[in-house]
Amino acid sequence: MRLEPRENTPAWMVVSAPVIAILVSLVFSAGLILWAGAPLGGAAVALAKGAFGSVYAVTETLTRATPIMLTGLAAAVAFRARFWNIGAEGQLYCGALAATWLGTGAVVMHPALMIPFLFLIGALGGGLALLLPVVLKSKLKVDEVVTTLLLNFIILLFVGYLLDGPWKDPMSMGWPQAEPIIDEGVLPAASPRYRVHLGLIVALLSAVAVWFTMRYTVWGYEIRAVGHNPEGARFAGISINMTVLRVAMISGGLAGMAGVSEVAGTKGYLTHEFSPGFGYTGIAVAMLANLHPLGVILSALFMAGIFVGADSMGRAMNIPTYIADVMVALAMLCMLVSLMLTQYRLKLR
Amino acid sequence: MHPDLTTIQRGDRMTVLQISGVTKRFGSLVANSDISLTLAEGEVLALLGENGAGKTTLMNILFGHYTADEGTIQVFGQELPPGQTDAAIKAGVGMVHQHFTLAENMTVLENIMLGTEPLFALRSATGRAKAKLRDMAEQYGLAVDPDARVGDLSVGERQRVEILKVLYRDARILILDEPTAVLTPQEVDQLFETLRSMVAKGLSIIFISHKLHEILAITDRVCVLRRGELVGEIATAEADRDRLAEMMVGRQVKRPDVDHMAPGAPVLELGALGVEGPSGHRAELANINLTVHQHEIIGLAGVAGNGQSALARVLSGMQVPNAGTIRIAGDDVTDFRPTTFMDLGVGRIPEDRHTSGTVGEMLIWENLISEHMRQAPFWRLGGRVIDFAAAREFADKLIEEYDVRCLSKEMPARLLSGGNMQKLILARVLDRKPRFILANQPVRGLDEGAIATVHERLLDAKRNGAGILLVSEDLDELLRLADRIVVMYHGEMSEPVSTRELSPRDVGVMMAGDLSYARQLNSGAAA
Repeated sequence: MRLEPRENTPAWMVVSAPVIAILVSLVFSAGLILWAGAPLGGAAVALAKGAFGSVYAVTETLTRATPIMLTGLAAAVAFRARFWNIGAEGQLYCGALAATWLGTGAVVMHPALMIPFLFLIGALGGGLALLLPVVLKSKLKVDEVVTTLLLNFIILLFVGYLLDGPWKDPMSMGWPQAEPIIDEGVLPAASPRYRVHLGLIVALLSAVAVWFTMRYTVWGYEIRAVGHNPEGARFAGISINMTVLRVAMISGGLAGMAGVSEVAGTKGYLTHEFSPGFGYTGIAVAMLANLHPLGVILSALFMAGIFVGADSMGRAMNIPTYIADVMVALAMLCMLVSLMLTQYRLKLR
Repeated sequence: MHPDLTTIQRGDRMTVLQISGVTKRFGSLVANSDISLTLAEGEVLALLGENGAGKTTLMNILFGHYTADEGTIQVFGQELPPGQTDAAIKAGVGMVHQHFTLAENMTVLENIMLGTEPLFALRSATGRAKAKLRDMAEQYGLAVDPDARVGDLSVGERQRVEILKVLYRDARILILDEPTAVLTPQEVDQLFETLRSMVAKGLSIIFISHKLHEILAITDRVCVLRRGELVGEIATAEADRDRLAEMMVGRQVKRPDVDHMAPGAPVLELGALGVEGPSGHRAELANINLTVHQHEIIGLAGVAGNGQSALARVLSGMQVPNAGTIRIAGDDVTDFRPTTFMDLGVGRIPEDRHTSGTVGEMLIWENLISEHMRQAPFWRLGGRVIDFAAAREFADKLIEEYDVRCLSKEMPARLLSGGNMQKLILARVLDRKPRFILANQPVRGLDEGAIATVHERLLDAKRNGAGILLVSEDLDELLRLADRIVVMYHGEMSEPVSTRELSPRDVGVMMAGDLSYARQLNSGAAA
């Protein structure tokens, strides 16, 4: 059995690749569910109901999709330029830190100004978290995979220090958490009964904005050129360092906005465990979307649906909810294989 | 099948190799289609064809790197099992690759013995090997010191080691894949001497090349491949240049006319330009002084790796020089960046179309506008958003004007053939009406038709007032197109010499390191 490169890839193949990948991964997951001892039909129904079966379920899925949509965009933009930002988790916390710093009473404005302000400084915070890796990469050729990954832990420990020390909320009865975001800064929810909030709109608009930037602007042109062929891009007069810096600011900024959305929308205050790995999930979201900004929307919804659905499936069928992580991992693996098959054809001999 | 083609008289010499009906497909591409040919004892057979004609594929099948989809190969009457390199070696087939496969940190002897010794032996056969090596060197005129480190050898010597390596394995059939690509004319003569003494001893040689004069000089018979098919076979004695070129391309090739014009104002002035090498190595560029004028093509000759690439990188803005000055049409370059050179009117045709010249995954029209990045009318909103309509219209114009053959401008540039990719780069560069053009190996790997187009375009630019620095490893090309030639050796550059009455041998002397020969030529011409 051998792989031979395809001369070109038909459009239907590109479009159907993720769909086929997800279907195949669901078949594999079905095996796991059976192995865990649950009836397949019941489990599937429980999962679907849990994710999309009621208005409440849908809003929960959307709430869950909001931060990973933003971190997914962060990864997609960076990876397009071959800037391997693995630090969306840390940048998310930096965005949340910035919002907590200025959003808990230091600045008070009308909500129409306060909310954009929080997103702006959150994005700045996330972007700044990438400044050091970018400088190290540009000046000293230090691999950004290492620096961004390790910075995650440094940032998390720093958050832990702040929450147990200077930023500890005196009203928290000893829990390590910061003061809540003031009312003017809280993202309005769809209705008092549901948790889904304005952050979702911000995430959707961000996806459209990123798509537009990548496709129609000079920045997007430069980012794509640097990603595909840095040598060729440099030859054409594109500054690699400038482009990487720009990409890092956009990527870190998006991850920072995810932090703002969580702290000012879903949670209301910062704790040091308020992200169950949204930054890392973003990488999977971006990969599943084949780094396409609009694909990130669908891929984030799919992943959120799996996570939320698996929770209720776990409760209803009495099987471990960890199965959600396995399903997401399977979807990603299948996606990688099907992407490879869009580039190569399998030849038996 | 062309049964009539194999009937050319070769006396009663024994057939040592018979390739029958070999077909090889890669996906939808047919690299070799039903190829049959024979090789006689003591014969030099040329395999002629353009890049992509299927020469190398055929030889890789013979040598067992690939397996043929159809067809058989017989060596000395025995059929070769497909896909087994060691069987081919054992049967007496040896291949000298275009790119050397030597370990630089080992000695000549070690390189030659590599892979021939049994894994477990009580003592190494060094003594015997050395004797055998000395024997072969004497027999074929392949003098190399067996204890020298390969890293210290010249390119010509390394090639001798490659040949010795094959002979050491008792090869009776030698395949030489573009063996002269890296040699000076003098080294080529030496190689041909060796080849002659080898065939005199009964060895047979397949000589792969697209250099017609070499084929005419050394071979007995020529097989011509075109698009994977064997399209012709001719005894070398009955062939001439034009006949071979026509067989190779399939039609007559018109060569562009060169006219020498009076040079105008200087467009490029290099003063004592220098680029340091990696620490512990010689400088990549040392004290380069050169002036290129309007209406003039300066040819830059030299064996690969003598500083031509470094000079091209500097003139493209890809490398900052450590010393010296660059002046473009009277303007000093102070900021060494690609955009600076573009803005000063330098047209840059890069050495490698794929890595520097294009971004293969991006679309053809996107590649066409890449150097117009910071200009109206392609950007709207203060240069932030691409005006797709204007960009596409511009691309259509260039595609039409420069005859870039593609199914659509919306396809990735990597799908273009080499010739059309080069036309795309030419279109992008020449549309800006550059005052100075750096053409670095502009026709490498192109077919004869595309070569003529590229040369025609460069000569047009010269007529319209551009000055051109043409870097090439093909002396024929340089002597035909250039008004003057400079030669680089070890990072240094010779004086320019007029190409009138300049012979390849003269250039060869300089390529081998005697740069002062240029001064002799010039003063001789003056006297």
